[in-house]
Amino acid sequence: MTDVAAAQHAGNGGADQGLLLSVADVTKSFGEGEERQVCLENCSFSIARGELCTVIGPSGCGKSTLINLIAGYESPESGSITLEGSPVTGPGSDRLVVFQETTLFPWMTVYGNVVFGCKVKGRSPRETEEKARQILSKVGLYEFRDRYPSQLSGGMQRRTELARALINDPKLMILDEPFRGLDAMTKELMQEFYLKLFEETGLTTLFVTHELEEAIFMADTLVLLTHRPARVKEVLPIDLPRPRHFSMMASKKYFDLHSHAMELLVEEAKWAFGSEGVSEFDTVAGS
Amino acid sequence: MSSTTLKMKGPNVGGTVSTYVRNALSLKTLEGISTLIAFVALWQAVVALRVPYLSNLPYPGDVWRNFTDVAVTTGYWINWVDSIKRIFVSFIIAQVVGIPLGLFMGMSRPFKQMAFPVFELVRPIPPIAWIPLAILFWPTEELSIYALTFIGPFFVIVLNVMQGVTSIDQSFKRAALSLGAKPSDIFWKIMLPGALPSIVTGMTVGIGVAWNVLIAAEMIAGHTGLGRMTWEAYTNGNIPLIIVGMASIGLAGYLCSGLVRAVGQRCMPWQKRV
Repeated sequence: MTDVAAAQHAGNGGADQGLLLSVADVTKSFGEGEERQVCLENCSFSIARGELCTVIGPSGCGKSTLINLIAGYESPESGSITLEGSPVTGPGSDRLVVFQETTLFPWMTVYGNVVFGCKVKGRSPRETEEKARQILSKVGLYEFRDRYPSQLSGGMQRRTELARALINDPKLMILDEPFRGLDAMTKELMQEFYLKLFEETGLTTLFVTHELEEAIFMADTLVLLTHRPARVKEVLPIDLPRPRHFSMMASKKYFDLHSHAMELLVEEAKWAFGSEGVSEFDTVAGS
Repeated sequence: MSSTTLKMKGPNVGGTVSTYVRNALSLKTLEGISTLIAFVALWQAVVALRVPYLSNLPYPGDVWRNFTDVAVTTGYWINWVDSIKRIFVSFIIAQVVGIPLGLFMGMSRPFKQMAFPVFELVRPIPPIAWIPLAILFWPTEELSIYALTFIGPFFVIVLNVMQGVTSIDQSFKRAALSLGAKPSDIFWKIMLPGALPSIVTGMTVGIGVAWNVLIAAEMIAGHTGLGRMTWEAYTNGNIPLIIVGMASIGLAGYLCSGLVRAVGQRCMPWQKRV
């Protein structure tokens, strides 16, 4: 753990009212014996209430594992993950994930997908309907409520997925490369859309991405992960003013943050490339 | 002003679309009819030219006359009714038993490990190979036919449903769990609709298999039905009637498959694209 990460972690002790999520010394590996692969190692960081935290790291570094742990689909080998001080033990609608691949239920309409959470939790139908109407209007999909996901564009699918999560009033929104696979234009619109939503509601967000520009542009705090096994390399506060605007990407401050983070990422990428590339080269040379 | 344009646009667009569909349909029908005419012409030529090994084939006209003769008898239509009744009763029982079994085998690993080996040993036996046993075991020949027609689609549907359930994307289950779904919600709202495309595939293949087995069973153990009619035509040496029987079986199978497909599409509105 770096000094910055340690300082931030120590500064946001469990009793801190502002602390929402705390990931402390989490280690996770897959496989047994010789096959064992450590995916996350002593990973620690925390997210304050109302903060947008982006996590970035080299591809295949274990970001998805981190999300699965926070969402409660898997449990850590050692260390702990706590939400508002209580340990995460399984999936729950206080932490909702929007994945990079759409997980909208293809057999339900947009409306059916959005009200799914309320329905299975037995909320009153009238209240659910009213709330669904509000949220669908907010994401601009009210007219499309009777469509099936396959009949929507990529951007609309993402917005439906956001609506399906938002209606449950999650404490933490987890976005796992949510705009991957969208065309550049749609992607930019979606970033803007989510930023606006975040700046309006202050919904605490963990945003995982592998694109540095997106990571800095969206974030209050940027968590940089190392190559596999993933550790926290550095926690970088992004003190660009809000509301954010694309023009900020031309500012000196953005430039400095970007080049600093880039340096760290390149360091990791080089290391990863070296360790894998050389051994591969050796085998070829030896044969 | 703008509302008028909109109003005019609505029916216009609909008109173009429906005209387009009608054109495509009539073209398709036209193609179908011309192929059919070509087939009958070829048939006529084959008989007229006394092509070796096909010289016993009757003229299409003979077959048609034979058809118009039997079509006015109630016996012919009773055969239709009997065959279709057997198909539907057996097919529906196969679905009612097979779909839950397939779902269960797909969802519960211990149950699958227990049941699957036996299932895999019995499945490769062609349904027709069950005929002797079925005739001996069931008190009436009618029941034997029902049992045989059940076996064919049964294995097909179980296998398809099981495969459908196991291939449902884990992420759907995870998403549902996160949103607060209980195990019963997972079953009814995720597993069942998720497996539906495979269920429909199993039904479509299954209805074809059911006809295969039914005809064989009727020929050997039946007293009525389209299969029996065809067999009796053979024992009487009535070749035109054999062909009438075969064509009737083909048509009946085609209608049944169409019905199953239509039901399937009805159940899966999300697979239709706008």
